[in-house]
Amino acid sequence: MQSLLFILVLGITGWFAWKGYGRVWRNIRLGKPEKIDDRSGERWKNVVLIALGQQKMFKNWLPAVLHLFIYAAFVITQVELLEIFADGFTGSHRMFAPALGGFYTFVISFIEILSVLAFVATIIFLARRNLLRVPRFWKPEMKGWPFRDANLILLGEIILIVGIFSMNGADKVLQTRSLEHYHPTGAFAVSSWLGPALFGDLGNGALIALERFGWWLHALTVFGFLCYLPYSKHLHIILAFPNTWYARLTPKGQMDNMPEIQKEVRIMMGLDQPDGNAPAELPEFGANDVFSLSRQNILQAYSCTECGRCTAACPANMTGKKLSPRKVMMDVRDRAEEIGEAISKGQGTQGNYDDGKSLFDRITPEEIHACTTCNACVEACPVLINPLDIILKMRRHEILTQSAGPGDWLPMFNAIENNGAAWAMSEEREGWRK
Amino acid sequence: MLAKTIAELQSEGRSPEILFWVGCAGSFDARAQKVTRALCEILNHAGVDFAILGNEERCTGDPARRAGNEFLFQMTAAMNIETLHMYGVKKIVTACPHCFNVLKNEYPALGGNYDVVHHTQLLNELISSGKLKLKEGGDFKGKRITYHDSCYLGRANDVYEAPRALLEALDVDLVEMKRSRKNGLCCGAGGAQMWKEDEPGDKRINVERVEEALETNPTALAANCPFCLTMLQDGLKAKEKNEQIPVYDLSEMVLTKLG
Repeated sequence: MQSLLFILVLGITGWFAWKGYGRVWRNIRLGKPEKIDDRSGERWKNVVLIALGQQKMFKNWLPAVLHLFIYAAFVITQVELLEIFADGFTGSHRMFAPALGGFYTFVISFIEILSVLAFVATIIFLARRNLLRVPRFWKPEMKGWPFRDANLILLGEIILIVGIFSMNGADKVLQTRSLEHYHPTGAFAVSSWLGPALFGDLGNGALIALERFGWWLHALTVFGFLCYLPYSKHLHIILAFPNTWYARLTPKGQMDNMPEIQKEVRIMMGLDQPDGNAPAELPEFGANDVFSLSRQNILQAYSCTECGRCTAACPANMTGKKLSPRKVMMDVRDRAEEIGEAISKGQGTQGNYDDGKSLFDRITPEEIHACTTCNACVEACPVLINPLDIILKMRRHEILTQSAGPGDWLPMFNAIENNGAAWAMSEEREGWRK
Repeated sequence: MLAKTIAELQSEGRSPEILFWVGCAGSFDARAQKVTRALCEILNHAGVDFAILGNEERCTGDPARRAGNEFLFQMTAAMNIETLHMYGVKKIVTACPHCFNVLKNEYPALGGNYDVVHHTQLLNELISSGKLKLKEGGDFKGKRITYHDSCYLGRANDVYEAPRALLEALDVDLVEMKRSRKNGLCCGAGGAQMWKEDEPGDKRINVERVEEALETNPTALAANCPFCLTMLQDGLKAKEKNEQIPVYDLSEMVLTKLG
């Protein structure tokens, strides 16, 4: 009976997960493919140090340590999930305990200690967000869903921990009552005293129900979490890994070259001969929508957990300008969602989509004009997201495709074109020598 | 004469070991011109074989590219690369981190490959190799000074130590701001902001930065970029501190300590 129910729940989880992750996969692929396969040694190093080792989190040790507790607890708890699967399918109870013996006791104790640490961290995180109101969590782009999303995840973590301790605690008490099904497992670090302290007075029937409740709560929270992730900022726990692998390795100051324009200009200047492959119509330059961004840009948008370290470090944002690098990433993700949803409803295809809107409806010219290209946001991101790359692609679109942009820049453009200097000057360039 | 052009040297049958890329600010901006002259004096003092492009130098294209104008960037870059190629330039020093970044990181994709150093790196090299001898004391010995990392030397290219090594050689009492090195705060001029009005906001970025600098209670600010120089000076002016607290480029400080 329980096994059937478990398999049913697992099936439903699988279907929702397939839909959710498939959606993200499809939306990332709305962007332009980009071949990134060089310097794999350095890329793996980034994955290990920055995604797995959370190296950049440790710029600020308090949230880093708390985050590590939750992360470690979550990852190690998945070991327990293996047993949940085994027990769920076969109807057994703690299948691995007899064979593993003392090692089993050690692993479960380890999970319990980490769960307690994660519990403390979760409470502190909830307090930082809701009571201490750390400013980066209260920026305009965090209103509504992003704010609820963050609290929901933390609440889910607490439910998971309640499940674990109900299950283990009730089990520990049942083990003392010489029931056949609940064989001794050795002393667990926390539930060996927490179980008797909380549930010691309960009858056998109530304890068995509580143990089952905890087991199912644990399983259902993890499954629910799995289905929820692709709709949440929390997807970073998965995408941080590919995201750090694909992150650019060139110096932060280096902008991507545009070979198509380079070619055009060299022909125009008589440095190269036309090769007869000139495009019939002028292509679009830069990016005004997810189609003209790279897949890596969109992957980054889905890897963002909206922590706001980028926005807190942004000189434009801290001096009251509208630009927020985090909002840029959230806007790209939301636009990809919007287009993906429309395409799945048959409203256009990837190569032929027009809803009369673009990224500029979300990210305004005022925002991209406020950027000083200082790379503080890029440096601040714990998972190597690069909001600047998107801002610069949008600036390119504005100038090259729309022939728009701040009027203030026109004299500078004219001066470079006509005088070879960033200012129109009447004196000679080498005049300072005299 | 402070510096000869590469064409002038060529007419004497010589070609320089290193090209000093002066940049637009260094050529035309009155404040940055002082830095240009200071660096020339130091290079001459150390006997460095260098020359400039003079009137044949053009804007590297940094502000055009960052504003989004790739056509203009490609044009000015191609002309510069032709000129550099014609003179067979191999090594370049520049006192502007924006020129430094473009020449070093962005010209290679266009066929321009050079060994590019920022002037703080070259000065450091000259001091440690003994080619540039500094005297005891100097104007800045023991002075409380804070150093501002420019974005394009710092985060953009990870050069944090060379400027600080110079400050150490100058015997200054270096006081770091809260936001320094990788976490340094922009002066507000990058990304072609120098050429436009600020977007609406409640403060200027240079004022934010100068307020932080003033917290260190410095006698002077040290910088490595002509745009930072201007922005920091304007910020000090807004705080009415520009009379008491000067802003120097590191080369100007080294100049006072030549042996």
